[in-house]
Amino acid sequence: MRPINARIIDIVNETPTIRTFFFDTELKSENIGQFAMVWVRGIDEIPMALSYNNAITVQKVGEATSALFDLNIDDSIGLRGPYGTGFTLPENNKKKSEVLIIAGGVGAAPLAPLAEKMSGNQGTNIKVTTILGARTESELLFESRFNNSGMLHITTDDGSCARCGFVTDVLSELDLDQYDMIYICGPEIMMSCIFDILQSKQCLHKTEFSLHRYFKCAIGVCGACCIDEEGLRVCKDGPVFRGTRLQNSELGKYKRDSSGTIVPCY
Amino acid sequence: MINITGLKLKNPTILAAGIMGTTGASLIRISKCGAGALVTKSIGISQKEGHKNPTMIQLESGGYINAMGLPNPSYHNFKAEIEKVEQNTDTPVIVSIFGGTASEFVEIATQLLKNTEKGVIDAFELNVSCPHAEGYGSMIGCDPGAVGTITAAVKDVVDVPVWVKLTPNVTDIVPIGRSAQENGADAIVAINTVKGMAIDISSGYPILGNRFGGLSGPPVKPIAIKCIYDLYAALDIPIIGAGGVSCWEDAVEMMMAGASGVQIGSAVYDDINIFSTVSKGIDQFITENDTYTKIEDIIGIAHTKL
Repeated sequence: MRPINARIIDIVNETPTIRTFFFDTELKSENIGQFAMVWVRGIDEIPMALSYNNAITVQKVGEATSALFDLNIDDSIGLRGPYGTGFTLPENNKKKSEVLIIAGGVGAAPLAPLAEKMSGNQGTNIKVTTILGARTESELLFESRFNNSGMLHITTDDGSCARCGFVTDVLSELDLDQYDMIYICGPEIMMSCIFDILQSKQCLHKTEFSLHRYFKCAIGVCGACCIDEEGLRVCKDGPVFRGTRLQNSELGKYKRDSSGTIVPCY
Repeated sequence: MINITGLKLKNPTILAAGIMGTTGASLIRISKCGAGALVTKSIGISQKEGHKNPTMIQLESGGYINAMGLPNPSYHNFKAEIEKVEQNTDTPVIVSIFGGTASEFVEIATQLLKNTEKGVIDAFELNVSCPHAEGYGSMIGCDPGAVGTITAAVKDVVDVPVWVKLTPNVTDIVPIGRSAQENGADAIVAINTVKGMAIDISSGYPILGNRFGGLSGPPVKPIAIKCIYDLYAALDIPIIGAGGVSCWEDAVEMMMAGASGVQIGSAVYDDINIFSTVSKGIDQFITENDTYTKIEDIIGIAHTKL
């Protein structure tokens, strides 16, 4: 598809570094967790998770995101998508399901709509527990969306809010047998640590991780976002992967930059 | 089994350059998806990020337009990727290389051969046809003299077959193919993408970061068929077809025009297992058709039907 024109109708400052941009257009997303390619014309096009049906939530980290932050209401961007895989809901083979969501930083963006959908306001009724982590209190993203969807544990790296530490500190204390599914999105170092914990507890079969890699074509053709060892395309086979598919993968070890050269992943 | 320039392919489908070819793991995956041979991403002298996105979009015609900008990790960093392929598959690997001058092509080819075990690189494909990278590709590939010079220079220093991939963005592709053949090319690959452009009518911006690029997919197939037909009629070396193949019927058509093998690229968009789908279809076509006993029987057959 060609990019569709999307006019900005609202901008919300979520944290000092994160904003949500609402558009006059919805991408018809089949599954929460799919992404859109966001074209800031004349600058670049970057993948972004959909945080609402008609919105993306963006952290200012580079040239393209800085250009997005310079835009105002009534400015327009181009949108392609939604692309890739989304999260799968727990199998509906028993009356009551329980899920755990683990979100770090701007990784909360695709997980907040998932929490809302599962907690019952969209026809399902699943008990949702979230562990939400951020560097500091002011960087906590979508705290109220998760809080309204179920039980919420908060950690901050500096202890400025709730528990001082990392999401993994809470995770290690939970009885994971009670959860039918565990969903994870956040910085790679966080996801890597969580992966190791969940692997050691033999839980990977019921986990889904949302990965990020440098995208070029975004439609599964060029291979720029392929991850080792299986050559999985993050843009098409992912970005959401079952944990078992990521065993012996490059997650947490390295990534490739825009030239295809192997570089550290954090 | 089909033999192309001495390479033994288990079937005539070949992964085209620039598709799923940047990492060893992705090349191995395509081998498992049934490809008879693998052409890597085009590799250059130094690391190159490529153009800004958007770098590829699907068009309403069913075609794709792209301008990746020859992103690559450099031959130095690419060595480990192709060694991994050699360790994990028996599928022949053809390394696509690009340069701005004959001496750059020579440096890449010689250094890659010198620094890898024998058998890691089964052939080279010279990219003298990328339509959207300034100073490279089709800026060279439109000139029969330059194509001949580069082909001869690389042939002079390597002991593996050299395939030369041509651009269709010329008045007549045959003199360029002939120059490659006269200078020692072992095979011609035709065609690279067709120059094209798409503009976003909401804003007036060209969509590709590079503004223009190359068209691929089903819309370019008739252009490829004509180029292959003309090259087959004029040359003695094998022609490897590329351009818009997305099903076995396309592959058979291309082989009837004169292609010894068919490269597949954009069609992985719909089905990454396209290679096994196409090769099974070709096999079944040959089996069910009393006129043919083996795949080679259909190569260039259209030239006998006048």
